[in-house]
Amino acid sequence: MTPIKTAIALFAGTGLVAGLAVAGPGPDEDQLVIEGETLITEVAAPEDHPLDTIYSGWRFRSDETQALEIDDFENPAMVAVEYGLDLWDTAAGSSEKSCADCHGDVDSLAGLRANMPKWNEAAGQPWSLEHWINWSITEHQGAEPWKWESEEMLAMTALIGLQSRGMPMTVETEGPMADWIARGKELYYTRVGQLDMACNQCHEDNWGQMIRADHLSQGMINGFPTYRFKWSGLGSLHRRFSGCMKNIRAKPYKRGSDEFVALEAYLAARGAGLSIETPAVRN
Amino acid sequence: MKATGAALAALAALGLAAAAGAETAPDAVQITDGTLAAPLTAEPGDAARGRQLFAGRKQGNCLACHANSDLADEPFHGEVGPPLDGAADRWSEAELRAIVVNSKEVFGDQTIMPAFYRVSGFNRPLGDFAGKPILTAQQVEDVVAYLRTLKE
Repeated sequence: MTPIKTAIALFAGTGLVAGLAVAGPGPDEDQLVIEGETLITEVAAPEDHPLDTIYSGWRFRSDETQALEIDDFENPAMVAVEYGLDLWDTAAGSSEKSCADCHGDVDSLAGLRANMPKWNEAAGQPWSLEHWINWSITEHQGAEPWKWESEEMLAMTALIGLQSRGMPMTVETEGPMADWIARGKELYYTRVGQLDMACNQCHEDNWGQMIRADHLSQGMINGFPTYRFKWSGLGSLHRRFSGCMKNIRAKPYKRGSDEFVALEAYLAARGAGLSIETPAVRN
Repeated sequence: MKATGAALAALAALGLAAAAGAETAPDAVQITDGTLAAPLTAEPGDAARGRQLFAGRKQGNCLACHANSDLADEPFHGEVGPPLDGAADRWSEAELRAIVVNSKEVFGDQTIMPAFYRVSGFNRPLGDFAGKPILTAQQVEDVVAYLRTLKE
């Protein structure tokens, strides 16, 4: 063995022992500009954060995938947004009212997605956007709630989310939210499944590295609901959580469960400052 | 008659024990100082099968995290773990077996590497995977045999 090879071999050995990530390709240098607006895909991490800089998952995708999010005419999720607008304007339920009848133009909900999940005093817990939508549909419209992963719900979360595109994620972290964020953090660092892995092992310790053909991102949630090639469609954040858990052969929590809401709250805080990209495009 | 019956039963039990002894069960594995010298099976590992497991996405999938020049024809070598070129020069057979069986007992609790031959102590294992190791005893031996061929 040459001295150089020995050095590499030793380094490789210690890397595994210490669980250290070897420098990899990392995020690219591209700038995300949609409809003339520059989005924040890189920002100094909030206080008490394990990382120095946080990056949107967009920065880890190929140029071809990135291009689809840059142009709203190319973005395959915009069909769902159009459907969401139809739903917004359609009267439903015993009230025979549409969303628009009470809310007016959907841009009146600008900023809502950026604060999710949001504390609900009456429920005594934070709610995801899906919970809020179903509450309004049942309480105000007098209609049947939508299933979490239904076409209708995805269309509406995409439409409402789009109104916050470009706004920084700013979830409430104080007051009663603090306990939920702490609970989400505990889940983030808990190993689960037959592969016995925790979120942090990929998205904190090894972001930027390749895991087979996949370029590991920091696991940020600013683009949900997101259009994924793997899904051939839009999917919710909780669907992504569920898929991640199944990948490591862990029994997923249910969509809308306290566990996933807590994890969502923690990840929203962990990604504070990144622009909302809903509906993002990923592989 | 009774005594003979008991003796026969005892012999049968011994026979079963011997058969079971041909393969060490996951919970019976004892890793000592990062080593596991005794093979898990009577049948020696098959390096060719181990090579397939290393690259296979459904089972071993070692390539997901470890680059390996011997499999240069396979696309997408991972970067999460160290490259395994020359693994046999760096680790003994007993060390390699211990690492594959349960890396947590070798590198510590925080390693991302899964334990490939362990059935207990998991949190929320999914459905059919509960109570089963990722690889069978023979597959572990096959992978170890293959890793033993990675010399520089």
